[in-house]
Amino acid sequence: MSIGVIVFPGSNCDRDVLWATQGCLGLPTRRIWHEETDLSGLDAVVLPGGFSYGDYLRCGAIARFAPALRSLVEFTAQGGRVLGICNGFQVLTELGLLPGALTRNRDLHFICEDVNLTVVSARTTWLQNYSAKGHLTLPIAHGEGRYQCSEDTLKQLQDDDAIALRYGNNPNGSVDDIAGITNPKGNVLGLMPHPERACDPATGGVEGRAMLQALLN
Amino acid sequence: MTVPRFQARVLVRLRPSVLDPAGEAARGAAARLGVEGISKLRIGKAVELEIEAADAAEARSRIELLSDRLFANPVIEDWSLELLDS
Repeated sequence: MSIGVIVFPGSNCDRDVLWATQGCLGLPTRRIWHEETDLSGLDAVVLPGGFSYGDYLRCGAIARFAPALRSLVEFTAQGGRVLGICNGFQVLTELGLLPGALTRNRDLHFICEDVNLTVVSARTTWLQNYSAKGHLTLPIAHGEGRYQCSEDTLKQLQDDDAIALRYGNNPNGSVDDIAGITNPKGNVLGLMPHPERACDPATGGVEGRAMLQALLN
Repeated sequence: MTVPRFQARVLVRLRPSVLDPAGEAARGAAARLGVEGISKLRIGKAVELEIEAADAAEARSRIELLSDRLFANPVIEDWSLELLDS
């Protein structure tokens, strides 16, 4: 069982993920350069935070064409688990693996703070460990995290029980307070908060651990 | 025979239903500059490019593909294309 972390030029949370999954949780993890296409032997893939390809044009717009992501589409179709964190979430929407888009925060600020999140759905295994408590606290760090989608898409997300997390106090103007969503099948989770930054007691809480543990569940 | 070259400009703008906070901030600054009467200000981007293609229709179809798949994200953005003979 092992995890791959895709590294784009401009990714800056790939080492954080590696430390969280391998260093804190002991899960075998390897980094995958964006030009690689071989995802064999992996059970889960993480798209980390950062500014892939400088986020030129739009966040995630250029990363979407990376060779590794062509393999990721196939990996996802075969049921592999995919977690997109922050810029990784933006990439997943650009790639079409998750619906909607993420754009400039309502108040234009880059927001870096802990946020309270409500666990909306425990449909998928990603959040099952949190469902009893119903909420968790994770850090966010983004300038373009305002989730946008059409009314039809929102209805579809609600019908599919695909809204995974909502902000307690919406920091960025996201539609329906959305902080994270899953695909209908449930093997893909994208979220703006950073679970990997909440795994080491030395740097704050450990509430992100169960979400990363779910990569190999 | 030289291949015809075309110049194009693609304007990308946020869909009307999507809040444009940068536009709102600029509108606020316009008021502070003393310029009054601005009831709408929205910021988009312009992509200027040159392309070689057999004819205008071919150039247009390639740029339309680019606009739809790369320059704009149709979930939140609209685009329009101006094509000129070079």
